[in-house]
Amino acid sequence: MNEKHTPLLRLAKREAMSSGKRWAIRIAAIALALLAGGIVMALAGNNNPFAAYATILDGALGKKTAVRQTVKNFIPLLGTALAIAPCFKMKFWNIGAEGQITAGAVCATYFALFWAGRLPQVPLLLVMALAGMVGGGLWALVPAFFKARWGTNETLFTLMMNYIIIGFVKWLQGGPWEKQPKGSQQIAQFAENACLPKVAGVYCGWIIVLVLMVLMFLYMKYTKQGYEIAVVGESEATARYAGMNVGRIIMRTMSLSGAVAGLVGFLLVSGANNTLYDGVAGGVGFTAITVAWLAQLNPFGMAAISAILAVLEKGADTLQTRMGVPVAISDVITGILLFFMLGCEFFIQYRVIVRGHEEKEAAK
Amino acid sequence: MMCVEQEGAICLKGLTKRFGSVVANDKIDLELGRGEILALLGENGSGKTTLMNMISGIYFPDEGQIFVGGREVTIRSPKDAFDLGIGMIHQHYKLVDVFTAAENIVLGLPEKGKFDKRAIAQKVRQISERYGFDIDPDKKIYDMSVSEKQTVEIVKVLYRGADILILDEPTAVLTPQETDKLFAVLRNMKADGKAIVIITHKLHEVLDISDQVAVLRKGKYIGTVNTAETDAQKLTEMMVGHAVSLNIDRPEARYRDPRLEARHLTVVNKEGVRMLDDVSFLARGGEILGIAGVAGSGQKELLEAIAGLQKGAGSVLYYPPHPNSDLAGQHVPVDRDGEELLGKTPAQIQKIGVSLAFVPEDRLGMGLVAGMDMVDNMMLKTYVQGNGPFVDRKPPKELARRLIDELEIVTPGVSTPVRRLSGGNVQKVLVGREIASSPTVLMTAYPVRGLDINSSYTIYRLLNEQKMKGVAVLLVGEDLDVLLELCDRILVLCGGKVSAIVDARETSKEEVGLYMTHVGGREEEVK
Repeated sequence: MNEKHTPLLRLAKREAMSSGKRWAIRIAAIALALLAGGIVMALAGNNNPFAAYATILDGALGKKTAVRQTVKNFIPLLGTALAIAPCFKMKFWNIGAEGQITAGAVCATYFALFWAGRLPQVPLLLVMALAGMVGGGLWALVPAFFKARWGTNETLFTLMMNYIIIGFVKWLQGGPWEKQPKGSQQIAQFAENACLPKVAGVYCGWIIVLVLMVLMFLYMKYTKQGYEIAVVGESEATARYAGMNVGRIIMRTMSLSGAVAGLVGFLLVSGANNTLYDGVAGGVGFTAITVAWLAQLNPFGMAAISAILAVLEKGADTLQTRMGVPVAISDVITGILLFFMLGCEFFIQYRVIVRGHEEKEAAK
Repeated sequence: MMCVEQEGAICLKGLTKRFGSVVANDKIDLELGRGEILALLGENGSGKTTLMNMISGIYFPDEGQIFVGGREVTIRSPKDAFDLGIGMIHQHYKLVDVFTAAENIVLGLPEKGKFDKRAIAQKVRQISERYGFDIDPDKKIYDMSVSEKQTVEIVKVLYRGADILILDEPTAVLTPQETDKLFAVLRNMKADGKAIVIITHKLHEVLDISDQVAVLRKGKYIGTVNTAETDAQKLTEMMVGHAVSLNIDRPEARYRDPRLEARHLTVVNKEGVRMLDDVSFLARGGEILGIAGVAGSGQKELLEAIAGLQKGAGSVLYYPPHPNSDLAGQHVPVDRDGEELLGKTPAQIQKIGVSLAFVPEDRLGMGLVAGMDMVDNMMLKTYVQGNGPFVDRKPPKELARRLIDELEIVTPGVSTPVRRLSGGNVQKVLVGREIASSPTVLMTAYPVRGLDINSSYTIYRLLNEQKMKGVAVLLVGEDLDVLLELCDRILVLCGGKVSAIVDARETSKEEVGLYMTHVGGREEEVK
């Protein structure tokens, strides 16, 4: 056959790959991402990339106080990723976790501000947690209801809901909930009995999200509801054929998702900040989408990815103070990491054949 | 193998195509002269479509040579194929709905100058007259029937000057009468010196139209025989690799009690079109009721309305099996004088014992979850059983193992996603699950579509077993020969209306074909 007429590059679908080989490709992708990130760092500030990575690790994990801050970054990231996982499994694109966190935070804060004098710590915290979950759940139920009833687009709907609740918090900050004396545009710090206790130097939210991780794993994998979510996600027609009430499943799952996000909101106001402000979610609702996706919706994988991102985030702070590299570099590295990890899935699915190498490839 | 020096003929030598470790085509040789019709025969997955895709420029072969008109050629794209005079008519038509026939025919042609409608229409008419097509160049595609659309596809290819035509299962969507018309046209083209390759599953069509038959089996080239020197039995043996009985049983069941009665059932779809119009019939237990009709005549809506997946007006009554029969007592008790099914949810209808093994066009669209394994698919309708929030995967796992044994399902294991299984095995998984729920009414649509002969006969056997148990089987089918052999009665739908209900033992293919296009067999066209 005339060689020069063969196309230069061709794609062929792969047979199923062994899981060892799959993970080797993924690890190689991470290594390449770090390499590319190193080049960017070297170009951005003329720094030695190895020194920069060492600084990131040292800054995130080198000292006890640093580790605590890293864990503080880790908690909302994992919590929120767990929250959106069931929605994404159902192929309901909930990008409103940001708003659901904030809604939960608002409801929890109400009790922290106005019930702290009336209740002792444990019941107060339980009431706040419950309020957070109800708040987040109801906030998420609104777009789910419209989707189930009239088939509205959940992506835009959940996104827009974010701005409504964040605007509402701004109003609270400068209005009815503003601390005395007026003019600071801030809400008062919580009383001591409205704050989560610390365990091992960090507020106990880390225990809660780790327990949640196991529960979410069991829920998605072994419960009837988890099964329903998976079927609806694969095909709504099949779900209806199997006798499932698709609308009800959408609303129930979204409420659950919002409730978990609301619980994260409670953890943030009661544990991390001890107050409420409009940036309480701080973009974690969007970063969590990255986390959930990279982990392929596996809760344990989400913990690993959350840990990596938390280290990067904290390490980048140190990188700025010590080496003068802008903080935004951590976002750049996260982006590169995401690009490589999603990109490597392509090579797991397909094989690229270069002209003249057919036989060699086929022999494999 | 010789590759004759001849204009317009095509010859393949050692053509090989691999996908990963799968060899889809293994050293295929083929030769086709001008004025010849070659039927390409083979079971599903035998590599027919892969081979034709290589000739028409969609795939690029890994090894081997293609000769056109005695000259070795390289086909890298569909455009290369066109330039060599090779035209393919795909199973799924690629036409623009809002354009007329003439506009579709010239679409994409790099002709300079003004768009001259009259000249195009003139040329289209010329081609039509030459080969005996019936086509109106100014008719819009959305006004056309399936067979008219197919005609446009064929004329499109001829308009571009193709000498070698490849037709991929052209008769799958046609009525017997339309098939006859198509074959007449093909014979005219043959007389005009065109070389034609026709891919089909239907043996009697192969014998009817072709000069030669090339048989593929599991990617390998088995051989080419002259049609005049062979018969259905011999061809089947070449295709399958061993002797197969081609007779379909039609046993007589002992009980034939009324089971399901539709009265004036009407279904209007979202666009406001009447998909089912005043449909009335009675389906009995111990009987296979075939449902025939041109694709889109309301078959899907009928089954879905009964299963509770579509809203309908009128009435669908369900009569429980006799209390002394084997089927009694397995499902929730219902009104002996007829329980109304319309208005019930799919879950309620399933509990009564009405089971829908629906196999829609994309096969995995509704009955099964493609990304899930067999175990999870087995429990699709039963997962709610048992107390507590957790699912019990033990019974579905046992069922999956049992089905793999009993139905000889080929799969690496119960935890392989069903999307990885071949079409026949997917079908066995689906029908096996539905039968395992011991239904009293079993509805299936196109249960053997795309299946090889062995799998098809397994499915027929399963349906007959259910019938003998006293189950009412509703079978939507497309192959009239099979419906006539397997069913007890055939309900013919035409444009959403019941055109006729005939005794399958008495009727003929021609009669059913007539009812498919004319309500009650009247000669006027139904819109």
